[in-house]
Amino acid sequence: MISLQEILEKLKTYDGRKLKIMEVCGTHTAAIFKNGIRDLISPNITLLSGPGCPVCVTSAAYIDRAIALAKTPQHVVLTFGDMLKVTGSTQSFSEAKADGAKVEMMYSPFEALEKAKAHPENTYVLAAVGFETTAPVYARLLSRAIDEGIKNIKLLTDLKTITPALDWISHISPSIDGYICPGHTAVITGTTAYSQLAKKHHRPFVVTGFEGEHILVAIYDIVCQIQSGKAQLHNLYQNAVHVNGNQEAKALLEKYFDVAPAFWRGIGSIDQTGLFLKEQYAEFDAGKVISVQENKSCACGSVMLGQISPNECPMFGTACTPTHPQGACMVSFEGACGIWYRNRR
Amino acid sequence: MCVAVPGKVIEINQRQGKVSFGSTIIDIDLGLVNVNVGDFVLVHAGCAIEVMQKEHAEEILALYAELEEVLND
Ligand code: SF4
Repeated sequence: MISLQEILEKLKTYDGRKLKIMEVCGTHTAAIFKNGIRDLISPNITLLSGPGCPVCVTSAAYIDRAIALAKTPQHVVLTFGDMLKVTGSTQSFSEAKADGAKVEMMYSPFEALEKAKAHPENTYVLAAVGFETTAPVYARLLSRAIDEGIKNIKLLTDLKTITPALDWISHISPSIDGYICPGHTAVITGTTAYSQLAKKHHRPFVVTGFEGEHILVAIYDIVCQIQSGKAQLHNLYQNAVHVNGNQEAKALLEKYFDVAPAFWRGIGSIDQTGLFLKEQYAEFDAGKVISVQENKSCACGSVMLGQISPNECPMFGTACTPTHPQGACMVSFEGACGIWYRNRR
Repeated sequence: MCVAVPGKVIEINQRQGKVSFGSTIIDIDLGLVNVNVGDFVLVHAGCAIEVMQKEHAEEILALYAELEEVLND
């Protein structure tokens, strides 16, 4: 059995053709920095950070709409902490809160159930942002609200699916040689969708966990596949990811949501990537948001499509820093620009 | 935002339960998984999204075995 030492040796001394590997998920980007992985591998292997931070791809129009709701009498908006500092067209949730908007931070959407029961006079609007990992949690929330007869909960949805987005990225950024897949979305979706992508685009797709070791092994796997002309899906996170994913979660997604194009901040609209509440659950729907492209000088889109690294953006670290972000990728804790900035030397 | 952490199911009450993360015990929704007390689950945003198959140490060993397998096929 090959040891980690041998893998490290092989990755460090790799001198084949230059390779670009995209780690799709923000949690992987953070783990790559934490473990200093870029320094452990050959300069011929470039790791690019993909669009896998749901906060970064949430539009300014969405934040604006959520803030407007938080300023509406008898409305309270509940959001995960990492959304608080993301700016809409004028304000972030934190700023709006200082202005009197009713924004509360949650750790789990289920907190809304107790609040809604305790305060029937209020409507609790959940800033329902996230990918395949998070969307089923909102589906469970709806199930429980319906079972318990709770009516004063609404979702302002900006739920997205990453697998069709990867299909699109593979198509428009053909220079990416392989993909480290987002492990926690794969827990839900399963690996089949990724095997299809591997086949269709003839690129290796490797699902892996979040420890440094997992990531190194995934990179090694991709490099070996490329060297031997393979393009397969490999699942190195079998502890939690199965071929068919979580069937229960997928069934709930189908029950509550319709699939339609979604708007990705910095990128634009991508077909088949949005999850919107079905007509029959309209009473839980806080409305649809129409988004348009903003701040053309921010290069978040090119960063997320693997065309440039954050430090290649002319505003990186100068006009754009975490305290004065120009794009969502700099704001979010899992945004590529923010992670690069915090770890720059 | 998509972080998920493993914890051990210590109590089940229909489709909800208590999961321990070291010394912290939290109420978790179990509606997406089929679990027994003692199982390890992967938890995201207050919801168990999958049952973990092996414990961590075993998993790292299995990782190399899997790699071996996938690279040889
Ligand atoms: S550094 Fe700032 S302006 Fe440049 S791409 Fe990143 S978020 Fe956008």
